[in-house]
Amino acid sequence: MNHKLLQSELPPPRFSVALISATVLAYEVLLTRLFSIVQWHHFAYMVISIALLGFGASGTFLALKSRLVERFKPVYIINLILFGILALPCFLFAQQFAVHPEQLLWNPTQMIRVTAVYLLLALPFFFAANAIGLALMRFRLAVPQIYSADLIGAGLGSIAIVGLLYTLFPINALKILSVFGLIAAIIAGFELRVSWFRNAITSIIALSLLVAFYVLPAAWFNLSISPYKSMSQHLNVIDAYIETKRSSPLGLLNVIASPTVPLRHAPGLSLNAFVEIPEQRGVFIDGNGITPIDAYAKRDDSAYLDNLTSALPYHLNRPANIVVLGAGGGSLVRQALYHEAHSVTAVELDQQIIKLMQGDYRDFSGGLYDNEVVNIQIKEARGFLAGNPQSYDLIQVALIDSFAASSAGLYALNENYLYTIEALEEFYAHLSKDGYLGISRWVKLPPRDGLKLFATAVKALRRAGVAEPAEQLLMIRGWQTSTLLMKKGQFTQEEIARARHFCETRSFDLVFYAGMPVSLANRYNVLPESFFYHGAQLLLDDSSEQFLTDYKFNIEPATDDRPYFFYFFKWRTLPEIVSLMGRGGVPLLESGYLILIATLIQAVLISIVLILLPLWKRIRNSSVRRGRMVGYFAALGFAFFFVEIAFIQKFLLFIHNPVLAVALVLSGFLVFAGLGSYIASHYQTGQDARRLVTTAVIAIGIFGLLYALVLTDLVFEPLIGAPTLVKLAVSLTLIGLLATPMGMPFPLGLARLGKQAKKQIPLAWAINGCASVISAILATVIAIHFGFTIVVLLAITLYFLAAIMFEF
Amino acid sequence: MTRAIEDDVRATSLYLDKEVLDPRVMEAINTVPRHALVPTNQRRHAYLNQPIPIGYGQTISQPYIVAIMTDLLNSQPEHKILEVGTGSGYQAAILSRLVQEVYTIEIIEALGKRAKRDLAELNYDNIKLRIGDGYYGWKQNAPFDGIVVTAVASHIPPPLIQQLKPGGRMIIPVGSRFLTQQLLLVIKNQRGNVTTQQILPVRFVPLTGSH
Repeated sequence: MNHKLLQSELPPPRFSVALISATVLAYEVLLTRLFSIVQWHHFAYMVISIALLGFGASGTFLALKSRLVERFKPVYIINLILFGILALPCFLFAQQFAVHPEQLLWNPTQMIRVTAVYLLLALPFFFAANAIGLALMRFRLAVPQIYSADLIGAGLGSIAIVGLLYTLFPINALKILSVFGLIAAIIAGFELRVSWFRNAITSIIALSLLVAFYVLPAAWFNLSISPYKSMSQHLNVIDAYIETKRSSPLGLLNVIASPTVPLRHAPGLSLNAFVEIPEQRGVFIDGNGITPIDAYAKRDDSAYLDNLTSALPYHLNRPANIVVLGAGGGSLVRQALYHEAHSVTAVELDQQIIKLMQGDYRDFSGGLYDNEVVNIQIKEARGFLAGNPQSYDLIQVALIDSFAASSAGLYALNENYLYTIEALEEFYAHLSKDGYLGISRWVKLPPRDGLKLFATAVKALRRAGVAEPAEQLLMIRGWQTSTLLMKKGQFTQEEIARARHFCETRSFDLVFYAGMPVSLANRYNVLPESFFYHGAQLLLDDSSEQFLTDYKFNIEPATDDRPYFFYFFKWRTLPEIVSLMGRGGVPLLESGYLILIATLIQAVLISIVLILLPLWKRIRNSSVRRGRMVGYFAALGFAFFFVEIAFIQKFLLFIHNPVLAVALVLSGFLVFAGLGSYIASHYQTGQDARRLVTTAVIAIGIFGLLYALVLTDLVFEPLIGAPTLVKLAVSLTLIGLLATPMGMPFPLGLARLGKQAKKQIPLAWAINGCASVISAILATVIAIHFGFTIVVLLAITLYFLAAIMFEF
Repeated sequence: MTRAIEDDVRATSLYLDKEVLDPRVMEAINTVPRHALVPTNQRRHAYLNQPIPIGYGQTISQPYIVAIMTDLLNSQPEHKILEVGTGSGYQAAILSRLVQEVYTIEIIEALGKRAKRDLAELNYDNIKLRIGDGYYGWKQNAPFDGIVVTAVASHIPPPLIQQLKPGGRMIIPVGSRFLTQQLLLVIKNQRGNVTTQQILPVRFVPLTGSH
């Protein structure tokens, strides 16, 4: 069969490629959501790796079975159909392999389950990638156009899934995506001029799937949420049930009612508090952490809130104008009203919670969020304060993570911008004279959170020009929670006396105030040593840097460039912890971080086994300069994701809305990279291609460096108070300038291969996929240790290396 | 299993203030057939020094942790102990070998019924089990010389503090489902004042050097 003739007859199937790319990326984003619900957040990294594994394995498969391209039409369409059919069942089966992160540390069979999950979930990606890869092989003269359609489709898919998640529950969104896979197959039928009969078959399959989703028992599509998540445990209680459900890209929100056995959520309640906890509803986001909604009839219903460590600032003074960051179900808002605040601004990012409080639970909560004194702001915490000229008597940062998950180190990978040095500086700047910043954390042993927060506060105060931070810090703890106060001014003797009285009457312990004697520490909630007291003293001492180095956990303050507050692990402690594994030492390991490392190792091994090894002979026998070819596509695979992941974080701090930021950056990078690929299609010949690769890399280097080093100061800071639409437009422009050249080197390399050694195209796809699998996780590991700026600098270096290796 | 526990206890003596646990506690652990109190599909793990899932998102603690908790209660033969969160019934079974009476409450009906059946088969007849809400303790049989709280709660239930005898002890394992991070020992002195001690059940010093 004459392929040239065929190529001139058939246009490349751009629309079906775009649609399947959109669907696959949406599927990938949706899987991260689904796994956050049934498991925990860090499984999101595994999902990215799984997706790219499917793509990489596909490249290998196509390289080994390149003759499939001779039967392009049926094979292309069948792969699209297989994606559509398998997308949902693969997830439903995968979630049945109950994987528990903590068991991974000591139960080797868990790794078998993880591997099974990997392989099951990689299947849909494998088939989708087959389709795209086949199109690239079949229409090798139109590689940049197909790659462009791929990227643009993916970009649009990332926006579409955000919209879908606002309107549908995640499992229903997954059903829709399955059908879209089949729609891509139908469209392909038209693009490739397949017979009407075959098109009809595809349509019948699609329709049957749609009908099946509605006819099959709903129970078949239930999410299998881990029984160890706090919501699952609450649902085990007799008569407890899910009263309300809402979904958004921020999370799946469930409200639990427990009529027979009350929820009684009051973490850190004083040992001396013989008060009743009012009836509550428990709000769970993604099945974990609980923010309670209190029933309210009279003021005394809230008396228990005066017996938490977070009530401390109200006993030092009478703050009148208060901000609660992360208001949730309103406990801290209620606490403020109990203490007769004049004005309470409740800042909450998740609109669903606000709607619940002002809708279904308005009467139950006594109209808390409609109270004339309460002002609701549906914003991200730092976004609310950015560009806000007001100052406040008290800023309270709510305790939003769950104790159990936090204890197990499951938040180690969560980027958190509330507990960085820059965040505390910003909060402090918004305090009125003598105002307080109050932050509560869980008490964990050995001490981690509390000391890290204290260290962060010290640094923030020093950066704010405070010569004696000790005078402006006060910390207390119970057995379960601690509260740190930063004051805009020095704590007076009267305030100290009031703090002492507050603690004595509630059996809380003082941890720190300037000049505090050690005899006052560790009296009611006795630790083997006065860890917190001594730790605080050392963090203010001249030897604080040495203390940070010597401490066996990482309590170095987090920054916006390294926003991993919950990362406490130090590698040098590992041998000691391993020696204690059977002796109660397992909880000392930060399971979240170690799972990331285990996932990285697993990704490397699986990539090598499934992608590189099968192609080893091809690589060795390649007619091109194989070292350069492998290096070129590997470098591009690493670099693209390094840049993308780093700038998601960067723009998050500008846009101040995680959903918008991720959607914008992801789609922006992909769409503009697609545009770059399209531009590259006009420069595929010899010297033109060489020049374009060089120009593109120089542009990437210039913009990348500028963005990494001066973007915040030159662009973000001046525009910090600008309307969201302006910020989005500016962000999109900046992304476009960087992403457009980023889309050029890969298709130019493929086009070059297409001329010199077309059989190596799937090999290049596989190598690039292999690097991408690893880079998604590696970027996070590097960022945890060295920061996102280093990730970007590494990426720029890799692009330059790629440019050097272009002559393969 | 008991030898492993004894070795571990010696290694953590710094925090337990003792080189060896109460021999009565070790004898009880030696006596109680742990495998009879775990789900059938987990029996091969019964004597390993690790936590075991028992269903409904619950676990049976690592034997080493159970031993320390039991020892910290300082139980005497004439004592009366309350347990909130029966789970598998293993802790109740251990305590029943050491004290006169054990009262145990389980909120998950299926777990409670299973434990009741398993304990009855072992003929441990000084254990009284009820299914229900343990927040308010078991007032009819209060006060108690010791209380073990393994049920998930966001705070120490004040009624349990009230039902603890002066001089009594309450022990609460704190942490995630699988991994006990620390042991909270609540002590009520003779005057009725309550303090807590947080005990890290592992020999680990977070800071070494000249600090």
